[in-house]
Amino acid sequence: MTSASPAPVEGHDASVVSLVGVSVAYGSNVVLTDVALEFRAGEITALLGANGAGKSTLIKALSGANSRYTGEISIDGQPVHLASPVQARQLGISAVHQKVADGIVPGLSVAENLTLDDLAQASRHPFRNRKQATADARAALATLGLDWSDAALEQDAANLAISDAQLLVLARALRGRPRLLILDEPTSALTAAEAERLFSVLRGLRASGLSIVYVSHRFGEIEALADRVVVLRDGIVQSNSVRPFEWTEILHDMLGRATTLDHDRGTTHHGTDAVARLEGVQLFPESAPIDLEIKRGEVLGILGLIGAGKSEIAELLGGLAAPLAGSLSLGGAPYAPKRPTDAIRAGVVLVPEDRQRQGVLPGWSVAHNVTLPFLAESSVFGLLRKRFERSRADSVIDTLSVVTSGPDALIDDLSGGNQQKVVVGRWLSADPKLALLDEPFRGVDIAARREIGARLSTLATDGAAAVVLSSDVDEIFEVADRIVVLVGGEIELDRYADEVDRSTVIGAFLGRASQPGASASELPESAPERTSNDQP
Amino acid sequence: MTSPSAAPARLSTGERAAAFVVKWGFVAVTVALILFFLITEPSFRTVDNIFGMLKFIAPTAIAGLGVMLAMTVGGIDLSVGASAGFAVSIAAWTMVIANQVGGVAVTVVLVCGLLIGALNAFLIVVARIPDLLATLTTMFVIVGLKLIIVDGKSISSQMTLNDGSTAPGKFTADFLWLDRGSIGPVPVPVIIFLVITVLLWFLLERTRWGRALFAVGTNSEAARLSGIRVQWYRTAAYMGCGLLASVAGLLLAARIGQGDVSAGNSLLLDAVAVALVGVSVLGIGRPNAWGTALGAVLIAVMVTGFTMLGLPYYAQDFGKGVVLLIALLFSFTFSRRRTVVTAGSTTSAS
Repeated sequence: MTSASPAPVEGHDASVVSLVGVSVAYGSNVVLTDVALEFRAGEITALLGANGAGKSTLIKALSGANSRYTGEISIDGQPVHLASPVQARQLGISAVHQKVADGIVPGLSVAENLTLDDLAQASRHPFRNRKQATADARAALATLGLDWSDAALEQDAANLAISDAQLLVLARALRGRPRLLILDEPTSALTAAEAERLFSVLRGLRASGLSIVYVSHRFGEIEALADRVVVLRDGIVQSNSVRPFEWTEILHDMLGRATTLDHDRGTTHHGTDAVARLEGVQLFPESAPIDLEIKRGEVLGILGLIGAGKSEIAELLGGLAAPLAGSLSLGGAPYAPKRPTDAIRAGVVLVPEDRQRQGVLPGWSVAHNVTLPFLAESSVFGLLRKRFERSRADSVIDTLSVVTSGPDALIDDLSGGNQQKVVVGRWLSADPKLALLDEPFRGVDIAARREIGARLSTLATDGAAAVVLSSDVDEIFEVADRIVVLVGGEIELDRYADEVDRSTVIGAFLGRASQPGASASELPESAPERTSNDQP
Repeated sequence: MTSPSAAPARLSTGERAAAFVVKWGFVAVTVALILFFLITEPSFRTVDNIFGMLKFIAPTAIAGLGVMLAMTVGGIDLSVGASAGFAVSIAAWTMVIANQVGGVAVTVVLVCGLLIGALNAFLIVVARIPDLLATLTTMFVIVGLKLIIVDGKSISSQMTLNDGSTAPGKFTADFLWLDRGSIGPVPVPVIIFLVITVLLWFLLERTRWGRALFAVGTNSEAARLSGIRVQWYRTAAYMGCGLLASVAGLLLAARIGQGDVSAGNSLLLDAVAVALVGVSVLGIGRPNAWGTALGAVLIAVMVTGFTMLGLPYYAQDFGKGVVLLIALLFSFTFSRRRTVVTAGSTTSAS
């Protein structure tokens, strides 16, 4: 079943895999709606979308990892049902997932990892011999034009450099001679040179007639590589375009939520004095230092894609990480929180990005979820005051219109949006000087978003500073008085919302990001290792 | 704007019945067992027997409360039996070989317990060894260390030492009072057991430190972001567990009246079992003091009853196993609430 070359050329531009009306719902939550797409032989289709746009869901359905989709997927015109990854591979669809490490079994040799799929088959050879495995592994690598030594094949795959591991999983995915290859952010862990090597491999595969789906946030790569760009937002295909790409349009499609655009946010408040300052702070090792002033009396919206440095700013101010360079100040005094407690005491609160993992205490009541960061305040000589906790929770429930049976209700019984309101309300309940909200509207319905936005506005007019960090332009326009666009850890734009329009903001994204041929290194995707304070 | 529309979905009759069984099953079984033995066994009815039962189970219960404490932070401690055994030998050594009074022995033992807890905490929190493996290892180390210290022998009063002389000290009366004494009709071990239960209940359910312990066990990342010193609380929980295990050991030493090298060997499984039963009692779904105490009482009633019925001692293990199995089914399989027992999976939390 191995061959020295990838799939044979069977007429470029012929449709290999087509989707008609493909939808995926988790319970009542529809995450992919009526997707119709064609993936053609010899074509690289880039799949774009912000977080939660439905990219992963689509990939899961295509690669057989989620068989509970509706609609029709056809391969070469034949309708199929992709029930499992193994079946999808047999039908000619292979996927390489984002985390390369997840595709490598440490402790097994490189050759064994290359031929791993054989283990999953009720195979003809229950006892595989090493020589055969090595031969099969060589054949697999030959697909990519790689010629690794016997020693390299016999070493523990865990020792491979990340780019070689990437090639290993790629070679393995190509072993079954797929018709469609899915690559999920393949360059996120690679250096620019390693990425270039991957690109030339991909171009070769394209020339041989393989259809490739390429998921990435890096516009430069897509500009350099893709033949077609498909944009997903809110589980819906927004656009499907071929070269030359209209990047402004594509970004509009990707970032905007045009249906909610006409929401009138009222007057734009201009803040007064600075509550906090970042001075010469470097967010990534390769990015230039930035200065940022966070002002009293306004809601600051920091806009950026993953890896733009949003979460890094939040972590610096929240006491989760120390700056690589530069300094912070709060209320005019130097500010260097060593851990979250220091930030909380100083009146700086951070609503973290991931509600489930970093926010909610499952199995706890709403009241206990609300008071967790303020246990000292909620107690006298260590003894918790039930009445205080309940009234705190009641005020959160009131100010944010949380739909719940009361402070004693289990948080698990609330809807996602209401859980988010509790988590946001928790942090705002102690009258902070500076509130940072990292992607506060993710998975939150529009009503909840409005209520959270209104609460932030009140907070700002009451004399505090609020910062919303988001990758959604419309969210930012909806809640922010002032807009800062971050690209690659640097500030591209800093303007008040009433002085700037959508296109300018989106243009700022494009400033450097989508220059044709821009190399991967200009857009750091994954945050590099940072100094974290609370690690032992 | 409080609205009831987010109330839990309405349950079917079957689900409600299951919820009722999960909530009250253990209390009902305990009461039923007590009633059964009250009716069938006249000797079961005496006050002496009731206190005797509680006294018998006190070391297990206290070690179980220690395990429960480790479970609040999402961990577990498999070294409690070894720590209790270590305490027995160290108490005997301090009094018999080093010729000290009971008060000194108690102090030495409690300090040792804290140190063992600190060692566990170091391995789990700093060295990041998974809790099950770390405490399994300390279990071996402590048992070995104990045997080295006492030369592999049980230490008893007036024993002959290696050099032919007689050991200078003995188990002092004040130490033996820990087992034989009573305040009013209530034996000292029962008082210690109840006081520790009440203190732990109070700590866990009424104070902010207890709340923080549970927060660490429930969602350590959310706890950390809420400004809770996660590693500090985990350390405290393991040290508390070590301390309680050594208290259990003191009671065992006072009961046996000598430094039996095999003491504490059987304590571990019982202690873990009562802590796990405690999680399921009343459908609470998380570690708690009264549940653990009730779990201990259930096992005491069962063991006493079995003995009175003349069943062989090995039937007891079978009975305990069945009780534990039912507890786990209640906690993990039939409960609607998320059970927060995550031993072995907590070391990646930072």
